[in-house]
Amino acid sequence: MRRSLGNFWKTVNQRNFFAPTARMQVYTEKHIESRIVEKLENVPFIKAVDQSDGCGGKFHVIVVSEKFQGKPLLQRHRLVNSALTEELKTIHAFSQKTYTPEEWEKEKGN
Amino acid sequence: MSIFRQILRTQNVKLVNQAFFNGPSRFCSAAAFDTKKFDEITKKNKIVIFMKGNPEQPMCGFSNAVVQIMRMHGVNYDSYNVLENDNLRQGIKDYSNWPTIPQVYINGEFVGGCDILLQMHQSGDLIEELKKVGITSALLKEASEKPKE
Repeated sequence: MRRSLGNFWKTVNQRNFFAPTARMQVYTEKHIESRIVEKLENVPFIKAVDQSDGCGGKFHVIVVSEKFQGKPLLQRHRLVNSALTEELKTIHAFSQKTYTPEEWEKEKGN
Repeated sequence: MSIFRQILRTQNVKLVNQAFFNGPSRFCSAAAFDTKKFDEITKKNKIVIFMKGNPEQPMCGFSNAVVQIMRMHGVNYDSYNVLENDNLRQGIKDYSNWPTIPQVYINGEFVGGCDILLQMHQSGDLIEELKKVGITSALLKEASEKPKE
């Protein structure tokens, strides 16, 4: 019995069930913002909020960009996602709001 | 290694596999999820949702939000729990080229995740999208019934 249990854990370890996966990279709000600005270039307003209580796994961003003009929501979000390909591998909760400058002016007015 | 130990070892592996992959799962084995498979399952129903947990018990706030939106519109959909299968979880991200879960498909076409669904719901676009595929939203039914009262 003892031997089988020992064997069990050996198997478990060999199969790496409990081995920590790649250590979670902690990104800052600043980092997220600058990555998006790099990609979208002309960004009159951007705000990233870390909603993870410090673990760095949950972000919300507001992005205002001329590049969203004439693009449906899906395309806009894809554009933002493409700026964060690497980051989104470890950020598991990511929400975004995307506005063109005009839409943003209206939004601010509300 | 003695034969006895070897037998024990294979049994242990079996036990572990059972614990991981059995249960009330749609996919009992680590089935291969390739493009063909995703083409098939995203077209099986007019609305298909890939989520964490199941509609009765969503395991993530974003997935829950999508479930609640669908409930409000009174639509039927297929749901796949990505937590039950890592191939499915990574596969759907690659297939949609979308980094997060949940993911919603309407008529075999990727529509978006929680943010987009929420905005479509708020703007009324979701009702239109549902109409396009022949689904009348329960919200629309409600609205058309009210004036008669």
